[in-house]
Amino acid sequence: MSVTQAPDTVGADAGPPPPASDRARAERRLGWYLAGPAFVVMLLVTAYPIAQAFYESLFKYRLTDPDAREFSGLGNYLVVLSDGVWWRAVGVTVLITVITVAIEAVLGFALALVMHRALTTLRPILRTAILVPYAIITVVSAFAWFYAFDINSGFVNSWFSWVPGISENTNWFGEFSTSVTVIIASEIWKTTPFISLLLLAGLAQVPDELQEAAKVDGATWWQRMYKVTIPNMKAAIMVALLFRTLDAFRIFDNVFIMTQGANNTEVVSFLAYRQTISRLEIGLGSAVSVLLFLCVVLISFLFIRLFKVDLASARGER
Amino acid sequence: MGRRTVSVAAAATMVLGLAACGGDDGTPTLTWYINPDDGGQAELARRCTEAADGAYRIETSLLPREASAQREQLARRLAANDSSIDIISLDPPFIPEFAEAGFLAQIPDDIADAVTENVVQGAIDGATWRDEIVAVPFWANTQLLWYRRSVAEAAGLDPENEPVTWQQLIEAAQSQDKYLGVQGIRAEALTVWINALVTSAGGEILENPEAPADEVQLGLESEAGAAAAQVIEEIARNGLGGPGLGNQDENGAMLQFQGDRGSFMVNWPFVWAATLAGVEGGNLDQALVDDIGWALYPAVAEGEESRPPYGGINLGIGAFSAHTDLALEAAQCIVTPENQAYYMVTNGNPASNTEAYDDPEVRESFPMADLIRESLEAAAPRPQTPYYNEVSSGLQSTWHPPSSVTPDSSPEEATTLITEVLKGERLL
Repeated sequence: MSVTQAPDTVGADAGPPPPASDRARAERRLGWYLAGPAFVVMLLVTAYPIAQAFYESLFKYRLTDPDAREFSGLGNYLVVLSDGVWWRAVGVTVLITVITVAIEAVLGFALALVMHRALTTLRPILRTAILVPYAIITVVSAFAWFYAFDINSGFVNSWFSWVPGISENTNWFGEFSTSVTVIIASEIWKTTPFISLLLLAGLAQVPDELQEAAKVDGATWWQRMYKVTIPNMKAAIMVALLFRTLDAFRIFDNVFIMTQGANNTEVVSFLAYRQTISRLEIGLGSAVSVLLFLCVVLISFLFIRLFKVDLASARGER
Repeated sequence: MGRRTVSVAAAATMVLGLAACGGDDGTPTLTWYINPDDGGQAELARRCTEAADGAYRIETSLLPREASAQREQLARRLAANDSSIDIISLDPPFIPEFAEAGFLAQIPDDIADAVTENVVQGAIDGATWRDEIVAVPFWANTQLLWYRRSVAEAAGLDPENEPVTWQQLIEAAQSQDKYLGVQGIRAEALTVWINALVTSAGGEILENPEAPADEVQLGLESEAGAAAAQVIEEIARNGLGGPGLGNQDENGAMLQFQGDRGSFMVNWPFVWAATLAGVEGGNLDQALVDDIGWALYPAVAEGEESRPPYGGINLGIGAFSAHTDLALEAAQCIVTPENQAYYMVTNGNPASNTEAYDDPEVRESFPMADLIRESLEAAAPRPQTPYYNEVSSGLQSTWHPPSSVTPDSSPEEATTLITEVLKGERLL
């Protein structure tokens, strides 16, 4: 997207062009009537819980001691932000997010290319096969990975004991590095299909004429990839990365099933869960949830600003 | 018959018909929230429904497997004044929190007297909060020292006749190159172990458990706390807990104990029934069963008293139940000595009522019945405080993995963390 396009986008969103005809105004009103109900529903299901969480986060409030509820202002945020536990959880979450998204982007792109190039007869089977992990419920896949690597019930140790560093006595969930490796591996296995599907859609949008023109000009496969394919599917790549980053940042199930946060593998969502659900400290838990929400907003903002993603063009509207 | 009469009659029939679908003959239905077992509680519900002769009917509703998850679900429902909760199978450490929050209906004095008659002291303590019985003791659990006779003999120990210490077990397992069965997982099992070690060394995790959150004093920074940490450190440092110590729970410890490198293990009596079932199913050898001995939980220092872990389940009556009277009646039926004996024989969970231990079937199924009873009398409950969850989670996060525990730093770390968490200054 070029810089000159930006004012157009802003202008279209921000308000009516100066001379608005009656007809244009009527159309806009109709647009609001049509979109209005959906907008209200959106507010109810998303804005209301967020507002409620923010309100709760201003109190010291324990579910089993409702009489002691007291207003504490931003005290809960102070407690959270000044605690090493929070920052460690943020660190672990960022680590998991960066590694999984980076590996998934490469793997997903490779799979998308395979699916794109596959023979027509093979394509449906290939796509189904690649999509299977994504179809499995996360908790179920987390259990499967946990049992595979568990020192008592797992088969990984006995199958791969010939690999240096793995023996019958390797306790995968006994320390940070190995626990987080299994968590990351299961996350990658589970969600690479999602990213590859989004990238496949992007690949399909690259015009064949451009590829052919580049070929006629004598461009190699790599040159075509860098100069034609990737620039033309930039929006799709960014949307895929954005969605996966947000998803990875909210990781919960794998950690919950595999380590319960032991060995410092606690992530932000799990921290929020523990304060709210285990400790029943509604105020403190809400503060963590609100901070998690702000992190997600920040990530979206950074992606859209820094990478200049144009969601409208990614959806094929322009 | 006029048209109007017909329609009234039809409506009446329909209403009756619906009533029949919903609650049979209008008999009040009591919902009993049970922890997972081998079907024993469901059978007790059936028996007591039969005995009630139409006064009430008990239906069971299953809670999650983990004690902490059971607490989470119950607390959420009770905080929302859930009136469908009539009877609750409650883990004793969570009773003070529930009682303090007003989640448990009062138990009248006469019933309290009746349900604590002939009951072991540990179970009565577990059901008491602020000097009042707030729950009905049901079954009472305690850990024993299980050992392989062959290994103990080779190491020169005779746990059956002479009380043993942790130090002796460590040396014995080391000399025989075997694993020592303990629970090092970051879960309630770890707190159970730490509590047993601290109390056996003559200390307490909390010195004033009934105090408000910001005044609670911890007793870990003491000789007892250091002694407890030292036992854990030595087992972990020497690899005696096995490679999976950091995530070994009760079941994991049992499987390890049943294996080639099993020697000694501290665990609940369910392991006996489970091992017998393993032999019956052809997974284990009879020779293994013949080799298993049992003794009182080990002490931390020679000459000191052993304080085995205390567990079990008590029955709470939901404060928002529409039928508290009937629920109390049903709870009394559930915990009769006969029913406790039945439950012990079929589900492997020891009775809290001493009369049940005279039952011939109990004596046949549990050759160690007298020892269990003795252990229950000596058992030390976990700290009874409405903030138990914070205390337990704080211990688990500072004393895990076991290989990180040291007498110099671990008691202090736990004390700092738990104190600050209780004051609301830190996350957990």
